Amino acid sequence: MSAAVELLEVHKRYPGGALALDGVSLSVPRGRVLVLLGTSGSGKTTALKTVNRLVEPDAGQVTVLGRDLRAWDPIELRRGTGYVIQEAGLIPHFTVERNVGLVPELLGWPEERRRARSRELLALVGLDPARFGALPPAQLSGGERQRVGIARALAADPPLLLMDEPFGALDPLTRRRLQEEFRGLQSQLGKTVLLVTHDVPEAFRLGDEVAVMDRGRVLQRGTPAEIREAPLPGFVADFIAAAQP
Amino acid sequence: MGLLRFLAERRSELLLLTGQHVFLVLVSVGIAVTLGVPLGIALVRRPRLARPVLAFANLAQTIPSLALFGFLIPVPFIGGIGVRTAIVALVLYSLLPILRNTVTGIQQVDPAVLEAATGMGMTARQRLRLVELPLALPVILAGVRVATVVSVGTATIAAAIGAGGLGTYVFRGLATVDTRLILAGAIPAALLALTADGLLGAVQKSARPGRAAALLAGATAAIVLLALIARAPAGTRPVTVGSKNFTEQVVLGEILAARLEAAGFAVDRRLNLGGTSLCHAAVLDGQIDLYVEYSGTALTDILKRPVTPDPAAVLRTVREDYARIGLRVGSPLGFNNSYALAMRRADAEARGIRRISDLAPHAATLRVGLFGEFLEREDGMPGLVRTYGLRFGVPPREMDLGLLYQALASGKVDLVVGSATDGLIAAMDLVVLDDDRHYFPPYDAIPVMNEASLRLHPGLLEAVESLAGRIDEQAMRRMNYAVDGEHRRPADVAREFLAGAGLLSR
Repeated sequence: MSAAVELLEVHKRYPGGALALDGVSLSVPRGRVLVLLGTSGSGKTTALKTVNRLVEPDAGQVTVLGRDLRAWDPIELRRGTGYVIQEAGLIPHFTVERNVGLVPELLGWPEERRRARSRELLALVGLDPARFGALPPAQLSGGERQRVGIARALAADPPLLLMDEPFGALDPLTRRRLQEEFRGLQSQLGKTVLLVTHDVPEAFRLGDEVAVMDRGRVLQRGTPAEIREAPLPGFVADFIAAAQP
Repeated sequence: MGLLRFLAERRSELLLLTGQHVFLVLVSVGIAVTLGVPLGIALVRRPRLARPVLAFANLAQTIPSLALFGFLIPVPFIGGIGVRTAIVALVLYSLLPILRNTVTGIQQVDPAVLEAATGMGMTARQRLRLVELPLALPVILAGVRVATVVSVGTATIAAAIGAGGLGTYVFRGLATVDTRLILAGAIPAALLALTADGLLGAVQKSARPGRAAALLAGATAAIVLLALIARAPAGTRPVTVGSKNFTEQVVLGEILAARLEAAGFAVDRRLNLGGTSLCHAAVLDGQIDLYVEYSGTALTDILKRPVTPDPAAVLRTVREDYARIGLRVGSPLGFNNSYALAMRRADAEARGIRRISDLAPHAATLRVGLFGEFLEREDGMPGLVRTYGLRFGVPPREMDLGLLYQALASGKVDLVVGSATDGLIAAMDLVVLDDDRHYFPPYDAIPVMNEASLRLHPGLLEAVESLAGRIDEQAMRRMNYAVDGEHRRPADVAREFLAGAGLLSR
């Protein structure tokens, strides 16, 4: 099974001196969910953003869907990649429906097809299109906005989803429910997913595999069971232990 | 209720002036938006440029408007007198709020929203059009709103350079000490400002500000286009008559204009222009074809020559020197408008003052009011003080010519420097002090014409010369009083005079 995303010895230092990535290598097999787990400042979000070229690495190689990153046109790459961020990042003056249909709009789909797709996806993430479609995002609850964010990422049916703390801003109950729904969706759609979180239970619940990061490096990588049972002594063990109730 | 009837009587002129005013504001703000918004966008992209450009816009805003108009007069293409210069100045004033609000409006867009937009695969242009501009729109509109309201106010000053608008009434009212005229200009201007503010406020608050703004921009463009079509040049170029900004000058301007019209010329009136230097610059540049100057003013103020008391010598010098710079001096109109030092009669009698030399022992306790020009001029305050050995206790107060007599009447000053033909001297029963040491040079009224204009308009010189020696001091004082004291229109007073002198026919 070939990798949909592959990072090889990637380095990134931000202007101002902070070292964000210190030789990160990882790969996400097609159709699997890889979770990047770490504290804030560990470099996990930077690693994710190299994949859709929101961050340009200083050194190392990134391959997306079999093509070297530098061979991708960034606009085309981003339109072909679903992107979900914390608090959804919805465009405040667009209706929910237009937000969901944004990437199809940028791709130039005809309006009818766009609207049909928006409704289909709203229904898929559990929002009634008739009720929510015409509302501005500000009138939705946090959980509803996050669902819209996921629907938007799926709109153009991209093979790859990048999710940056997608459930980070939600209350525990809503978060738990969305996590369940995400697992259901994922088993149904079979996307390749790279997901970033600082939440250990979330990582174990959603990831086919988990990569634990600290200070710009991947310290340990394995299935949730492997990491839970044999965490690498030091940072990984402490981090996992700290999350146990 | 007098004011309402006054307004009703002048409604057609009022409507015209309001139209000119609206035109000035719409064109200026329109240009400022067209320049300011793209410039603002460019500044967000190149922050290094933002500081110097905003500093320049800030600076332009701080220049007093009359001074800015003054600076623009000698500038080729954009300068001169009239509508074009006014628009340039108004654009400069409108630019800052629009520019600054465009920059702030775009900068305050939530970076998370921008990153999401980028992550969705928007190009920089799509991000600007779909996200940044729509989200910045309320702030940009607030800037347009400020610019518009400020422009409505500033546009009143445009009358000083002959651009018309409601300021025409304000300046005319100030010059003739006529409160109703001032109000006739100020109240409609204030109403215009309120209307513009309300309209743009409604756009800002509307559910779809983008569509409302587009609608408003479309309507503006349509109005401006219609106005331009209506203003399209009608064949030959008219003769442009100028005047300075006080009653006598306006009356003389109207006399010249009516006389020229009677002689068959089309005439463009640019009356009430800022002052001597403004009129001189304008006639030199051909912005106006002629105006009436005073020989002493030309000698000392414009030519910077020493004061001499001989009227014939002064006229000869002025005529010769003017010929070298392309200006023709016509024959004197017949009156000498020298400076006059005037006091309230009761005050003068109580102090026993009849001549200027009587002032010396009282100077320490007298408050003097004068207009700015007199303070600076070679034949003004400095020489007067020297010749008569005056030592005033408080520095003279500068005020607009039109306000001098009000200040004297209300006791705010005790002595004013006016001119010998001021109608209010008789109307207010003032005492004019005798210039017993012959300090003031002669101020014979003389038409000053641009040589090129004389070549362009055959018969112009003859028509102007037909006025030679026809206006004496008494006639001039009477006409001044008819305007200042009886609040009659300068144009009517001028026509009446010409009719009486048999000068209204070819």
